[in-house]
This record gives sequence, structure tokens and C-alpha cells, in this order.
Amino acid sequence: MTVDSRSKYPKYVEKLTWLEALDVDSAQQPRGPRKRRLAARAWGGTWPVALAIVIVLAVWQLIHLSGWKKHIFPGPGATLANLWDQLQTGLLWHAIGTTAERAVVGFGLAVVIGAVIGALVSRIRPLRAAVGSLITGLQTMPSIAWFPFAIILFGISTTAILFVIILGAAPSIANGLIAGVDYTPPLLLKAGATMGLRRLSLYRHLILPASLPALVAGLRQGWAFAWRSLMAGELLVIIANQPSLGVLLSTDQDQSDMQSATAIIIVILILGIGVHTLFSLADRAIRRRWGLTGSS
Amino acid sequence: MNWVTITDRQAAPPVAGAAGSVRLAGVSKVFGRGSSAVRALDDVSLEVAPGEFTCLIGASGCGKSTLLSLVAGLEEPTAGEVSVSGGRVAFMFQEPALFPWLTAAGNVELALRARGAGKAERRQRAAELLETVHLGGFGGKRPHQLSGGMRQRVALARALAQDADVLLMDEPFGALDAMTRDVLHDELDRICADRRLTVLFVTHNVREAVRLGDRVVVLSSRPGRIIAEFGVPIVRPRRIDSAPVAELAARVTDRLREEMSRDDG
Repeated sequence: MTVDSRSKYPKYVEKLTWLEALDVDSAQQPRGPRKRRLAARAWGGTWPVALAIVIVLAVWQLIHLSGWKKHIFPGPGATLANLWDQLQTGLLWHAIGTTAERAVVGFGLAVVIGAVIGALVSRIRPLRAAVGSLITGLQTMPSIAWFPFAIILFGISTTAILFVIILGAAPSIANGLIAGVDYTPPLLLKAGATMGLRRLSLYRHLILPASLPALVAGLRQGWAFAWRSLMAGELLVIIANQPSLGVLLSTDQDQSDMQSATAIIIVILILGIGVHTLFSLADRAIRRRWGLTGSS
Repeated sequence: MNWVTITDRQAAPPVAGAAGSVRLAGVSKVFGRGSSAVRALDDVSLEVAPGEFTCLIGASGCGKSTLLSLVAGLEEPTAGEVSVSGGRVAFMFQEPALFPWLTAAGNVELALRARGAGKAERRQRAAELLETVHLGGFGGKRPHQLSGGMRQRVALARALAQDADVLLMDEPFGALDAMTRDVLHDELDRICADRRLTVLFVTHNVREAVRLGDRVVVLSSRPGRIIAEFGVPIVRPRRIDSAPVAELAARVTDRLREEMSRDDG
């Protein structure tokens, strides 16, 4: 029984390793210079969107030309001109600023509160039994139904709006984190346990990163709810001398200014989609990193 | 008769310098309760000497993996005693179980971090360990960019990073093709000799067990009991397709068959 002559094969082994590597690399190395690839990818993502916009504008223009509700319903040309004019004034930018600030503060608070609740509920069993289904229940609650409650509680104030944003968005974020923790593969937990990861370090280095995709999905859904709650809030809770997108819309309604109303709707749409796109990009970046996409 | 002499119940001589040893005394493990209770292990007593490479073999459902979980402390025995003396226990699974959000080097570094290594030390040791498993240039790759064999090498490097004296391996090469497995057998041989590791290696591949082990322990199915032990006095380096390995593997297989036919009857 000899033990000393075991190390005999490094050359052979290295060769095989490189063979394996070749195998992997040939499948993964994209061809062409990087710049052109990026441009191609950007174009691939852009043209369907551009086409969709063109189609919407064309249909809109056709309806306008057909003469349906001719005196109230503006065509795309007049509406976009109106939007352009409004963008030259300080009022629209001021309104966008107010609304964006509320969105950031409200969503930010919802993220913190949702994450804390999610973290606690996912780890503490009795708490989960108690409030787990409550969180899901809150998620199905139309947030606009909270406004009478919030207005009685906080008056006509920004606080009332923020309160409803948090109630709308935090459950989705909490649920996202809970789902992420639940779906952490048991094998990885086992690997972490045998490596000696415990409690906080287990959370920080294993459970949290493993939950990231589900958390991002929760954030994306939470954002959609936050944005809806915010718009509903700005239409219902109109604070004097504080122009917001909701206030502008409300004024347009009072003045039957369809051109302006449509222009503001476009602004709201673009802002909402913009943030949603950021979450989608984050999601895609994670997937690529984890190797969950079809092409690498 | 010839150069292969087989004696049952032959323990390998301890290797000088190795620290970890494993001892199971009358260990039983029952899952569930009442009528649905399953007895996975029944009165298993086993000693693995420091530096010894012990292979556990048996049909599926013989509680091999349960036994490893008990040694790793992931499960508690229902009866009996499990003790690991002198050092840490590292675990390697059939799947690489790498963290997909970390690079190959990051996976190894996390194991170093878990035992409290500083940043500079982590970086240096991770590079060395990847070098040890012949993945020198691949530290920056993510698990999904590596082949199955390479992933399992990273998992091995991560297990070694735990500075364990006892290495538990649960069919670590079961999902690999024969060529890759062969190469990893050689590497495991080399690494175990260099580091004086005590290994408990579970497999259902008899030849693999004989190729790697100083000793092969055969378990029965449901409940898992030790029914035979074979010493493997074959000189290293060994080859999985060599005559002595095949001959001993045939004897072990016969013993396994005997056990399985008893099950059927």
C-alpha cells in the first residue's frame, strides 16, 4: 500500500481541462466587434417599440380623420404640439418634479417597509402564519379604496398620498422577498450550512442573493402599484399651490381641455414605462449573470 | 494466490499527519413517526481512521446519504452516537451546488470567508485552490459558463477551502461522463495524499469505490445496515479498468447481488 506516487497526471489533466474549456468557450464567445454587437442589440430592442408607436399614432390619426367626436377628440399632431408647448413652460416641469418626488419617497419607504416585513415574516414561523395571508390580501385591495381612510386620518396632505402608496406597494415587495427566500434551493442551503454560514452571514451571503430575482420581480410589481396609487391620490387629494401631474389632469378635466389632458396622460405613461423598463433591465442583467437566459 | 489479497474487516493503517477521524456507534435514523416511519439506518457502527479513504456502497435507499448528513451534523441520529474528532467537515454533493451569483473564485472565497479569512488571504488562497484543481485561468467565470466537470472541480476547491480534515462526498462524480470522472479520480487521489484527508465517499458505482477507497463498506437496503467490508490493498496509482480493480469489484458486486436477491425473496 503506497500513497506517495499518487500525483502522476497533471499534464494529461491540464490538457483535458483545456479541452473542456474550448468546448465551453466556442459555444459562448459571441462573434464580431463589441461595439457593433451592442448596436445590433440596441436596434433589435428599439425597432419593435418604434413600430408599435408608429402604429398607435396612425390608428389615432385615422380615428381623428374619421371625424368621430371631432370637436372634442384631438388628433396626434395637435396633442403632441400641445405637449411640446407645455414642456416649454415651468408648470409641467414643476408638476413632474412634485410627482416624481412623491413617487421616489413613497416607493422608497415601501421598499424599506416591505423588505423588513418580508425578512421578518419569511424567517419567523408564527409571524408567517399570522400575517402571511394578510399580506396577500392587502395585495388584492384596490389602493384607491384606502383614500377615504387616509384622508380622514391625515387630511388633504402629501402624507395621505404616501400612506396609500406604501399600502399599495409594500405587500408586493414583501411577498417578492418571501417568495425568494422560500424558493432558495435546499441544496444551496445545505452547501451553505456545511460551509459554516450561520444566521446573519447566511442571510447576507446566501439567502439574500438567492432571493434577488424574486425580489426584483416584487419591486417591479410594487412599482406598478405605487404609480397607480400615486396617480389616484393626486386626483383625489388636491393640495393647493402644489402643482402635480394629477392636479394638471384635474384642471384639464374642469376646463374640458382634451388636448392638454391627453398630453399629460402621455407624460404619465412615459414615466411609468421608463421606471418599469429599469426593473426589466435589472432583471435581465441578473438572469444573464446567473446563466438563465437562452443565449449568454 | 496473486497480488490481490482481500481480507474482510481490514482497517487501513492510519496515515501520519492526518487529523480527522469519524466514529459512528450503534447509529440508527428513523424519519417520520408512527406507521409512516421509515428506518433509514439501523445500528450502524463504523470507524474511519485519520487519513483513510472509505467508500460506502449500496443500492439506492440504503441510507448512504443520510449517513453523510449525520456525520456533517445536518441531521441528528435517532439513536447511537456520531463523533468527528479533530477538525472540520466539508461536504461535496452530487450536484456542484455552486452559488450562481458568484464567480468560480467567488464561490471558493465565500467558503474561506465563512471560516474568517481576511480579504487578501481569501483572494490568494482561492487562486491557489483553483490552481490545485487545474482551473487556474477560470476564476472569473460564472458556474453556468463552465462544463459539468469543471463545476465539480470548483466544488472540490470550495470543499478544500474549508480546511477540513474530513471530506464527505455524496456521489460527487455520479453525473459526469466516464472520461471526466476518470480524470477527477486521479486528481482526488493526488489531493487526498497531499492533504492527508480523511474521506467518506458514497457511491453506487462498485468500480469507482474500489478504484478510490482504502476500504469499501457495503450497506444493505431499508434499513441500511453494514453487511460487509472489503479492504482494498491495491497499490496506487490505480486504474479503474485494471485487472485487480475489476476482480475485487466483481467480488463486491457478488456480495451486493446476494443482498438484493434476499430483498426480492
